[in-house]
Amino acid sequence: MNKEQPVITTQDLTRRFGDTIAVKELTLEVYQGEIFGFLGHNGAGKTTTVRLLNGVLNNNGGQAKVLGMDPQKDGAALRLHTGVLTETPALDDQLTAREQLSLYAQIYNVPEAEISQRVERMLEDFELGERGDEPVGGYSKGMRQRLALARTLIHKPKLIFLDEPTSGLDPVATRQVHELIQDLSHNNGHTVFLCTHNLEEAQKLCDRVAVLEHGQLMALGAPRELAQNLWKGVRLEIELAKLGATEAVAALGSLPYMRDVEWHDTNNTATVWLPDREFIPEVVNTLVTAGGRLYQLKLQEPTLEDVYFAIHEDQGATVKNMDNALKKAALKKVLSTVDGGVL
Amino acid sequence: MNLRAIRAIALRDLKIVTRNKGVMLPLILLPLILMVIMPGAMGYFLPMAPPGEDFEDLALFLEMMPDEMAEQFAGYTETQVILVTMLVYFFAPMFLIVPLMVASTIAANSFAGEKERKTLEALIYTPTSDTELFMGKMLSAWLPAMGVALGGFVLYSVVVNLTAWPVMGEIFFPNVMWLILVLWVAPAAAGLGLGSMILVSSKANSFQDAYQIGAMVVLPVLLLIFGQIGGVIFLSPGFVFGVGLVLWLIDAAVLWFAIQTFQRNEIIARL
Ligand SMILES: Nc1ncnc2c1ncn2[C@@H]1O[C@H](COP(=O)(O)OP(=O)(O)OP(=O)(O)O)[C@@H](O)[C@H]1O
Ligand SMILES: [Mg+2]
Repeated sequence: MNKEQPVITTQDLTRRFGDTIAVKELTLEVYQGEIFGFLGHNGAGKTTTVRLLNGVLNNNGGQAKVLGMDPQKDGAALRLHTGVLTETPALDDQLTAREQLSLYAQIYNVPEAEISQRVERMLEDFELGERGDEPVGGYSKGMRQRLALARTLIHKPKLIFLDEPTSGLDPVATRQVHELIQDLSHNNGHTVFLCTHNLEEAQKLCDRVAVLEHGQLMALGAPRELAQNLWKGVRLEIELAKLGATEAVAALGSLPYMRDVEWHDTNNTATVWLPDREFIPEVVNTLVTAGGRLYQLKLQEPTLEDVYFAIHEDQGATVKNMDNALKKAALKKVLSTVDGGVL
Repeated sequence: MNLRAIRAIALRDLKIVTRNKGVMLPLILLPLILMVIMPGAMGYFLPMAPPGEDFEDLALFLEMMPDEMAEQFAGYTETQVILVTMLVYFFAPMFLIVPLMVASTIAANSFAGEKERKTLEALIYTPTSDTELFMGKMLSAWLPAMGVALGGFVLYSVVVNLTAWPVMGEIFFPNVMWLILVLWVAPAAAGLGLGSMILVSSKANSFQDAYQIGAMVVLPVLLLIFGQIGGVIFLSPGFVFGVGLVLWLIDAAVLWFAIQTFQRNEIIARL
């Protein structure tokens, strides 16, 4: 990542549709070579931002500079160097993969002499070679997404926009796409602007993320940094004996300050989100009283998911009035009863 | 102008349309019926049947004909007059249906159909200007329409001369009026077909909707057909040239409006 060279700079970028503000006073920078995550719920304004940054949609205010150009004025020249994977692949079902890639290569002004070689290379890289002469209408969803990605990259764009590239893909296909994105950025120096609502994906891939809500930037930074700064609560992983675990976990649901509880049957573990570590003792008490038998309790590193909670939900009950010493003592006492507790 | 991109866009749309059987079948059948089967049958059977009451219509037509036009019939037998009138004059407006329909059908597929298939977004992100994108799509309809019209004309020339040979004993087709029709009016008719279809497509949501509304563009051609049979108009070279001129002017207006509706900034907000 090269902070000296922002490839995207926006200043108060705004777009309205009637009364809806799709993007509101967005100000950010994306640096050369980074994978920049653009996170937000459905309707947060991700796709609209991609459209604004590629000069295919006009803004209602503010400015943007992408690869040194004004998208609204030099859209066509800019798009020669950007590649966009749209939310739906928008493939031509009647054409074969080969036809599709070479037609787009022509539209993107790839030199005629290079086209066939580049198309073959792409088909091979994206494992489509064997079925490259079949109409795309018969492809599976994963194949379609790979072809759409190949088409996005056929002209070797410097800046790549991926709008929810893994939505609807199975884990294997998702992993392939993730590896590809990492390869693009880390080995080939491309800048990737990744729109997603998948927190894990953002956490795993992105150098920095922006969190968007109702068109507004809520947070911006490296995932870890964001998590530490924004999420003041705690996330616990609690391993329980299988016997009686369900009842015990259910009892947690009735605690008023409980943010969220998730039970994972596979490893007999409950994930518990609390607004403050001060609640841990009571959680443990409740579990034990309800017949739960604890093996392990781990405080987790905050993740983007936690940041999401922090941004998108009201903070729950506070415990600021509690005596700190008392809280600590209580916690210690409880922990001593926990087998293999890590704290 | 990025001609290479325009060509690739046109080629893409053409490939897509040629693989759609539902669209292609009428595109092949219509010219075949209008330009080969009907005139062939007429040239073949007409001399066998004695002129009946229909001849009265013809008489009206012949009476209204300007003198310099009537000269071409000097020394013709009745059957020869009927054949020439039918094959040269009455068929002429029908010929215009070919470029009109081909252009509007392909345009319906390439504008409204593309909207229906939701595939335009990928093209919108290409480094083309709105005009280039528009030109590519327009040519994908206009060029085949002209190709089919010219091909149809050549076939028609062969068919009418061959089937009418026993009666005519000479090559009587085409005449100057037809050359003006093919080279000057047909391109304008194709332009009208596709231009009006682009306008319809900007409102329609599917190929079928656009296709059905757009088919109304053949109505003016019916005016020509019935106007001529009724003896109200006469397709002299000058008149045909005038028809072409009017069509080109309408084309210019329609295409101007069509270009206004075709701005990616507007289109993408409707996707
Ligand atoms: N063409 C349009 N006309 C009207 N409203 C629009 C249009 N495009 C977007 N919007 C509105 O703008 C807001 C942002 O939409 P956008 O598609 O950018 O969100 P998104 O973050 O991409 O959502 P998703 O995750 O569902 O793809 C939404 O409220 C949406 O309804
Ligand atoms: Mg979106």
